[in-house]
Amino acid sequence: MTEGALSLDPLVVGVILAMALVTALTKVGGLWLLSRIEVSERAEAGLSVLPGAIVIAILGPELADGGPAEWGAAGVVLLVTWRTGSILAALCAGIAAVVLLRGLL
Amino acid sequence: MRGNEADERADREATADGPGDDGPDGESVSFSRRGVRAGFLTTIPIAFGVAGYGIAFGVLADQVGLSAAEAALMSATVIAGASQIVAVELWAEPIPVATILLATAAINLRYSLMGAALQPWFGQLSAKQAYGSLFLMADENWALTMRDLRSGSGRGAFLLGSGIAVWTFWVGSTVLGTLAGGAIGDPASYGIDFVLAAVFVALAVELWEGAATLVPWGVALGTALVTAHLVPGQWYILVGGFAAAAIEVARHD
Repeated sequence: MTEGALSLDPLVVGVILAMALVTALTKVGGLWLLSRIEVSERAEAGLSVLPGAIVIAILGPELADGGPAEWGAAGVVLLVTWRTGSILAALCAGIAAVVLLRGLL
Repeated sequence: MRGNEADERADREATADGPGDDGPDGESVSFSRRGVRAGFLTTIPIAFGVAGYGIAFGVLADQVGLSAAEAALMSATVIAGASQIVAVELWAEPIPVATILLATAAINLRYSLMGAALQPWFGQLSAKQAYGSLFLMADENWALTMRDLRSGSGRGAFLLGSGIAVWTFWVGSTVLGTLAGGAIGDPASYGIDFVLAAVFVALAVELWEGAATLVPWGVALGTALVTAHLVPGQWYILVGGFAAAAIEVARHD
């Protein structure tokens, strides 16, 4: 068990490090590009909506893939975040809700 | 609890009225130990959510035959949950290297947009500070950092501190997940698979800026749903983000 847990296959390590390199390039690429081109106020307005837009773009299809249990639990998270501002409370309530709703529905 | 609630509400109101709300013009960004600390402490509650996800990843990695050391190495160097989970889902014998790398690039291309969104603040930092912090960027700490910087805090080291918190919990929970392995059974029965969606719902509530947000978010939602339906992979994230930014650029007067 311990021996297995610590084993490192050279090919696997190579693939993992290649994934790390690709990911690091995507992480630094956007800022690198932007520091080399002049950004207009118009472009900045576009950039300013990116945070929320990306969150919505990730969330929309994920929730659409779910069912009534996930939608109900998402509603619980929304409500708890809005009322308390505490993400931890919202996460706990959401996970409890999704487990409960999956059992009921 | 009541007092805490009132505090947080006052906090949010202060954020909404903050000088940084109209953009970072004239605001100076520093890179200090205080910023690292603020980022780290603010992120701890979210990091528990990240850990739930990390356990799920560790369990999946164990199921496809990765050792705890290999899974931990992936979490420590890639630090991008969705792409890691997809990679593990693609894992087979022999390893489909090209497919895995292409999927990783496609899924993580959104980080270029997210990094670009940090430019108004990170443009003021040294290359080492900015790119070093970006290495630790993940969805959760990026969103918290945007919130902090937009409030006008000027804490350029927030992403680094926040990233250290996410990294620690992410790697630790990955190891936990691989070791727990078969003992956990189906993560879905504990609601662990819902953690990421829940984190994003909470972040959306916090990023909501009233009616001005409605059009770009509507465009992001619509294009993401259509793209997810038509195109395999995670391109819908990029399409949704770009479409919303394009609409905003077109609307700008």
